[in-house]
Amino acid sequence: MENKSVVIIGGGPAGIEAANSLANQGLKVTLIEKSDEAGGNIRNWVKLFPDFSNAEDVRANFRNILKNENIEFISNTEISSLYRDGNHWIAKNGSDKTFKADAALLTTGFEVFDAKRKEELGYGIYDNVITSVDFEQMYKSGKITTAEGKVPERIAFLNCVGSRDEKVGNHYCSRVCCINAVKQAIEFKELVPNAKAFCFYMDMRMAGQFYEELYRKSQEKYGVTYIRGRISEAAATMDNRIQIKAEDTLSALPMKMTVDLLVLMVGIESSSSTTELSRQNDVLGLYGFSKSKGLYGNDNLTNQHGLFLAGTCKRPLTLPETFADARSAAIEIVKYLKTI
Amino acid sequence: MKNWGFKISQPRILDFDTADLESYSRLVEKVPSAHRCLMCGACTATCSANVHTEFNFRNTHLMFRRGQFDGLADELDKCMLCGKCKLVCPRGVNTRAIIYNMRIVLSDMNYKSIEL
Amino acid sequence: MTNKKHFWNEYQKDIADDNYYYERSCIRQSFFPGSETTFLRILRDELGKTIIDDQNQHTCTGIGYHSDVVQFDTTMTVCARLFSLMSDKGLKNFVPSCVTSFGVFAEVFETWNHFPEELEKTRNYLRKATGREFKVPENIAHPSDIIYKNRKELKAKMKYQLVNRHTGKPLRVVEHIGCHYGKIFSKHAVGGAEFPQVLAGMIEEWGGEVIDYPERRHCCGFGFRQYLVMANRGYSVANTQKKFESMSPYKPDFVLTNCPGCTMFMDRWQYTIAEMEGKTYDENGMGIPVLTYEELAGLLLGYNPWDLGFQVHQVQVEPLLDKIGIEYDPSDKFVGKSGKFLGEPEKPENLIVDYGK
Repeated sequence: MENKSVVIIGGGPAGIEAANSLANQGLKVTLIEKSDEAGGNIRNWVKLFPDFSNAEDVRANFRNILKNENIEFISNTEISSLYRDGNHWIAKNGSDKTFKADAALLTTGFEVFDAKRKEELGYGIYDNVITSVDFEQMYKSGKITTAEGKVPERIAFLNCVGSRDEKVGNHYCSRVCCINAVKQAIEFKELVPNAKAFCFYMDMRMAGQFYEELYRKSQEKYGVTYIRGRISEAAATMDNRIQIKAEDTLSALPMKMTVDLLVLMVGIESSSSTTELSRQNDVLGLYGFSKSKGLYGNDNLTNQHGLFLAGTCKRPLTLPETFADARSAAIEIVKYLKTI
Repeated sequence: MKNWGFKISQPRILDFDTADLESYSRLVEKVPSAHRCLMCGACTATCSANVHTEFNFRNTHLMFRRGQFDGLADELDKCMLCGKCKLVCPRGVNTRAIIYNMRIVLSDMNYKSIEL
Repeated sequence: MTNKKHFWNEYQKDIADDNYYYERSCIRQSFFPGSETTFLRILRDELGKTIIDDQNQHTCTGIGYHSDVVQFDTTMTVCARLFSLMSDKGLKNFVPSCVTSFGVFAEVFETWNHFPEELEKTRNYLRKATGREFKVPENIAHPSDIIYKNRKELKAKMKYQLVNRHTGKPLRVVEHIGCHYGKIFSKHAVGGAEFPQVLAGMIEEWGGEVIDYPERRHCCGFGFRQYLVMANRGYSVANTQKKFESMSPYKPDFVLTNCPGCTMFMDRWQYTIAEMEGKTYDENGMGIPVLTYEELAGLLLGYNPWDLGFQVHQVQVEPLLDKIGIEYDPSDKFVGKSGKFLGEPEKPENLIVDYGK
């Protein structure tokens, strides 16, 4: 175990949490991040579902972890090739940087769905169609406003944008968007109590602990209206509001309404690094995600000796699930390093 | 005017811009649990009246929510107020109180059932 | 519209450059009689292209197919006969005048691409029925695709621009591409189905401004079976009404259409709505003019409006001609090709018909 090293690709929650566990056990960890700072997608979030914890607390903890002298954090470095060389794993950034370690952990995570691909929803065309990530950015500033700076009187959230949609090639559920819509609807109602919030859904998938309770609270305390029906079309009105059409499937009637802001709950897609590095190592699964050896007890292993997986490079996961998965990957890696 | 042999069809769309969505809040004031209704339909499945008439409590409640009040008073007359629906609601919605109070709010808005 | 560029870049298709076989529409020659001749004139005289207008051609079955009276096997065989006529002429680039034909051909092509056995079956049917053979076209383009492709070249030859000469501002134009142009296979539509560029590209190139209104993507109201059965026509006109209610606050100067049915219904139903409900959608009670892209191109190129067939439009175009500053002789409007006065059509009660000047 002594002097053994691990290279972790991806400095998001999974990468940092795994680095923390490994470094605390005395291993040398190189944590490589393609952007300029650690944190991954959590950098875009203000509060976390379902308990409204501050994402900043999580980020502060990340910064603390990175102070560990056993962790070498390398930013602005995108790994373009990852391969096994004898008993070592080599990660390369183009041709200028090479990192060598005894084991490699892929924590390359996810990217949010590019909402422009759902053309009928007009993202990137109509100013008042925004994504859930844009909503967070606005929420960070303490104000939710339309492109014209107006406080919305009506807001609509649309679930399953880029998820459960054959048209964009994603049959799967992203798992986090439903509860995130509930969270954002409540945040909106707290900021603008007199406004109306509508949430359009195909199914409300409240599978996590306290999700259903939050959903219930959003109805009872905040009066959020849930409409079972997928918005089929968004168009701008003369005053730059957004006209949306859906079927109110519970009444079996077509419906339309005009809202000041339409928020698209963008789903989780595999990141380009996840897909590319998985492809290189023959661990590419469905939808560009990485494929683990199996779901039951060997979910952090791959068919490659010494290559491990953690977090959303495998599939959509919530933040607590990602942390747990990263820690379990650390256990597997330590087990492996004892054998070589 | 000419006889065209047809008339311009009226839209059957629910227009949330013009529908009266506010009157529902008057119902919710009286029965706060109404907000929690998920439209699962357990109430309607167990309804004694539903077996013999077209009365559908879930849909009547939904139409009220959507501000579509025409004909609802007549629908509500089919309810026997037995309270069976309340027993099965997974969200603890006071369905019986909703029926009772929908009648009151409708009556206040001059939606009356057909007098026989 | 610049923010739509990211869609437009994705939906650019291969449009043949020259040597076309033209397939005419069943209804356009009666309803908008100047459009097809104008297209041929523009291609031959302005752009110097070769395009064959074949007197032996026939229907694509589109109206029957979309009304459920012709089945798809028959449609494929009838289309195959048109391709065999094209093959006779030694041509490979098929240009159907009608948007529904374009949709039918796209559907036939895609069927043959995905199910080659259907192509073989069709060859067999055509052989048995007519003794003919055919080659699958190498390129299929709608005439609007060709005008779009040559929009810059045409602009250089144009005498007029889509600018209101009284205000100096761009004319405000509603574009309507027609369902069968892009909705069946969006990859066959320039700019895609949701934010199509084919007409918008012409309008912007020629100086106008495209209006995006909430019901832009809605059906014109034709809908084949909606219209063909009289009892259903209320649905047809209701769709048109919905579009005009939605666009009228934007005060469009005219509507530019791609499809024979859309042109027909957006023009004629304005009369019907006016006569049924007394409602018109412009400020002067004259209705909003509806133009085909060929008529528009011809107008801007300086062709005589009465050669373009505006006489048979329900909504009169003279106010639009005056806005653009197009010269025309009102006394020529109802003079036939022989030089004889043909008489004026009866005027409706509510929709104002005024020949200007």
